[in-house]
Amino acid sequence: MATETTYGARDHARAQEGARAEAMPVVPARDWPEPPCEADRLVWAETVAGGNYTHRVLARGTELRLTDLRGDACAHVLLYVADRPWERLNVADTVKVQWNAYLGAGQLLLSDQGRVLASVVADSSGRHDALCGTSTLARNTGRYGDGTPQGPSPAGRELFKLAAAKNGLEPRDLPPSLSFFQGVEVREDGALDFTGSAGPGAHVTLRAEQDVTVLIANVPHPSDPRPEYVSTPLEVLAWRAEATRPGDPLWDATPEGRRAFLNTAEFLAARGLA
Amino acid sequence: MNTSTPANTAAPMTTTTPVTTTAPTKTVVPARAAWSAVVRTGQTLTITDLHGNQAVDFLVYDAQDTAVRYSAPDTVHAQGGIFLTTGSVLMSNEYTPLMTVVADDVGRHDTVGGACSKESNTLRYGHHTWSQHACVDNFLAEGAKHGLGKRDLVSNINWYMNVPVEKDGTLGIVDGISAPGLSLTLRAERDVLVLVSNCPQINNPCNGFEPTAVEMTITGADDRGITA
Repeated sequence: MATETTYGARDHARAQEGARAEAMPVVPARDWPEPPCEADRLVWAETVAGGNYTHRVLARGTELRLTDLRGDACAHVLLYVADRPWERLNVADTVKVQWNAYLGAGQLLLSDQGRVLASVVADSSGRHDALCGTSTLARNTGRYGDGTPQGPSPAGRELFKLAAAKNGLEPRDLPPSLSFFQGVEVREDGALDFTGSAGPGAHVTLRAEQDVTVLIANVPHPSDPRPEYVSTPLEVLAWRAEATRPGDPLWDATPEGRRAFLNTAEFLAARGLA
Repeated sequence: MNTSTPANTAAPMTTTTPVTTTAPTKTVVPARAAWSAVVRTGQTLTITDLHGNQAVDFLVYDAQDTAVRYSAPDTVHAQGGIFLTTGSVLMSNEYTPLMTVVADDVGRHDTVGGACSKESNTLRYGHHTWSQHACVDNFLAEGAKHGLGKRDLVSNINWYMNVPVEKDGTLGIVDGISAPGLSLTLRAERDVLVLVSNCPQINNPCNGFEPTAVEMTITGADDRGITA
């Protein structure tokens, strides 16, 4: 198709409509081919390439399912309160308050203000990590020869910087992150064992307990021992659902969690948000 | 307390006339208080647990660019383990070395538990703790002297705090393994700003349920011959 003229260039561009790529958002999300709920409830449907990133603002009560399609995805995640991002995921409080270093179903992802950002409501993987964070430009340059976003082995922190910037945030707004689908265990002497993936198809579902901004980088876990950069697609689906309420088993699962839900409810009520 | 150039200024630091004396500067940080200082490349900072089992919450920033700061996950990943002791390198969020532990009388220190806060205390112990002082408030107050704010606080080191992780992932702050007079020493790998909260927590054994003073000692001339 000729692109020498503006008219030709326009026709050339418009002829691309309907093209498909493996890694892409499906818009509108209800057109996702195999919805896990009523299709009209879907608000986000995307496949994120290995070595790439995505981000979204999610309303309270939205459920976000991440799926490791081929077994070598690793979803590095950061969460912020949507309109006041200085309140954000605090990994140290998340593990300390809940007396557990490992992530899994029933765990709450806590902010630095003693409130719940999201809860983990389903997990078929069991291989996650709250200790090692994500990869950096310097580390990936040494490890793989490159860590830039445009190169063959992007670093998670470099992708987080881009996702953050698109939400008005700066590198200083990037605290330690969590990662899903590649596990790490702690030995008694404190040494770490990388336990890797649970295999293709593993999924984890987070429930937004406030309006949150979520940043996701899909890059290899920093402790992945393989010399090559292995990162396969991550499926991201989100749908409208309900936030955790008093009386739900999760609300009362632990005294620490109950107080976190109460703090969150008080905060939202005072703002007239719930 | 902080006799150094504020970290958030771009003022050149090479105008001081080099001197050869290396008298250390010692500061006793009272129980429950905050402290900060710039430690220049090659200088050492010794933290002495004067009365035993006193958690010292610790953050460290590149003095020239405070967006580059201590990263617990990068430090843990780089050394392949969660406990700090002699030889541990405190890595930044850009995977660069900030300080190295060059001496340690205790054997292991915490990277996982972060700082106590008034807010997290309400989850951990109950809302009756709300009026108690906490490390995050120390970090915010001391950090503000250097232009740092809430966004600049990240998971910190807890020197002298004992946080084991069980096989099932259960972790918690348990009785300490330090003792009166034990110390550890850090060497600055570049000019760094150190923020300290002498932990005021009274609801768990991290301070033996009685917060006490600690001592900070900066020793040595830096690469340009500037002493502490």
